[in-house]
Amino acid sequence: MSVPLALLGLLEREPSHGYDLKRDYDTYFGRGKALPFGQVYSTLGRLARDGKVTAGMSEPGDGPDRKRYAITPLGQQQVEEWLSEPVAAEPYLQTVLFTKVVLALMLGRDAAAYLDLQRATHLRRMREFTQIKRTGSLADALLADHGMFHLEADLRWIDVTQARLGALADMVRES
Amino acid sequence: MIIEARRLSRSYGNTLALREADLAVEAGEILAVMGPSGSGKSTLLHCLAGIFTPDSGEVWFGGRRLDTMSDARRTKLRRTAFGFVFQFGQLVPELTVADNVALPLLLGRVRRKEAYARAAGWLERLGLGELGGRRTGQLSGGQAQRVAIARALVLGPRVLFADEPTGALDSLTGEHVMELLVGLAREEGTTVIVVTHDARVAAFADREVIVRDGQVTNPFAGQAVR
Repeated sequence: MSVPLALLGLLEREPSHGYDLKRDYDTYFGRGKALPFGQVYSTLGRLARDGKVTAGMSEPGDGPDRKRYAITPLGQQQVEEWLSEPVAAEPYLQTVLFTKVVLALMLGRDAAAYLDLQRATHLRRMREFTQIKRTGSLADALLADHGMFHLEADLRWIDVTQARLGALADMVRES
Repeated sequence: MIIEARRLSRSYGNTLALREADLAVEAGEILAVMGPSGSGKSTLLHCLAGIFTPDSGEVWFGGRRLDTMSDARRTKLRRTAFGFVFQFGQLVPELTVADNVALPLLLGRVRRKEAYARAAGWLERLGLGELGGRRTGQLSGGQAQRVAIARALVLGPRVLFADEPTGALDSLTGEHVMELLVGLAREEGTTVIVVTHDARVAAFADREVIVRDGQVTNPFAGQAVR
C-alpha cells in the first residue's frame, strides 16, 4: 500500500485534519496495521513540500496538529495517474519458494517435504482467511479473498513443482 | 476415532491406485483429502465408505471392521450411517426436490407424512423451502447441490462423504455450498470427509491430508486442531 497516495486520495474526497485522515486510513486500509501518527504528519509534510497538498492555518483547540490539509491540482493529477495504472504483476513469493526448492535439491535435502510443509502453511492461512470471510464485514471478506487468490496461485505452483520435482532434481544435479 | 484405514491397497488391473494407505479420522472432524488427479484420493474415499473393497488392508468404522462385512450389512450401514454428496448432485430427475430428499427416509420405511415433514425441514435449513415441488431438472447447479446435501443429511448420518462437491460450480456458489455443508455438519456433529483439488474448499476443513501415488503423506498430521 502506498501511504502517500492513499492519503492524497482521501484528501481528494474532502479536506481533512491529520487525525481524521489517520482514522479513515485505518478504517479502510489499515486491516490490523494502524498508521502511526508520526507517519501521517511526516507524509503530509512531504506532500506539502512537493506542492501536492496545502496546509491551512492552525485552528484553535487541543491535539498535536489542528491544520486542515487540502489536495492541490498537482496532487489530484498524481492520484488520477496512480488510479489509471495497473500494479506490477510480480510473483514475488514464488521466487522465494523456487530458490528454496532448487537449493534443497542442490544440497540433497528433502525438497518434497519442504513443499508439503509450505502447502500446509498456506492452507492454514487460507483457513484463517475463510474464518475472516465468515465473520467479518464485506470489506474484510474482499481483502481475505485477495489474499486467498494469491495463496491459491502459490499452491498451484507448489503442486506443479511437486509433480516435476524429479526432472528438476535431474537438471539441478546435471548443471 | 470414527474411521480408520490401515495399509489399504487397491488396484485397477495393473494400476495400483492405493499403496498401503493409512488414515485416521476423528468423530466430528471435517477432513479434506487433497492430491493430484489420479493420486488415489477418490478410491480412498470409496474404500472408506464401503463402496469399494480394498485388495488388502483394513477399514474400521466405529469399532467395526467394514471391509470384511457382508454386502448386505455394508449396504445397510451405507444407507443409515453414511451420507454422500458427489460432484453432480445425482438427484432423480423425474422426482421433485421434496421427493428426492424424502427418498432415503421412505427407503428406510419412515412413514410418508413424517418423511416429507423431515425433508421439508431440511430444505428450509438449506434455504430451499420454496422449491420442494419443483423438478430437480429445473434447478441451478448450486440449488441441486444444496438438495443433494439435504438428501445426504436427512437420515442423520455419522459420516458425510463428499467427492468434489463444488467441482461443477462457480467460485461464489461453491463457497456458499461449502458454508452450508460444513455449517450444518458442525451443528449435527457429523464427520465430513471431502475429496477436493480446490484449496478454497479444503480451507473449510479442520485439516487436510495429501494423497500422492496411492499413499496418504500426512495421515495423522495436525489432528484435533479445532
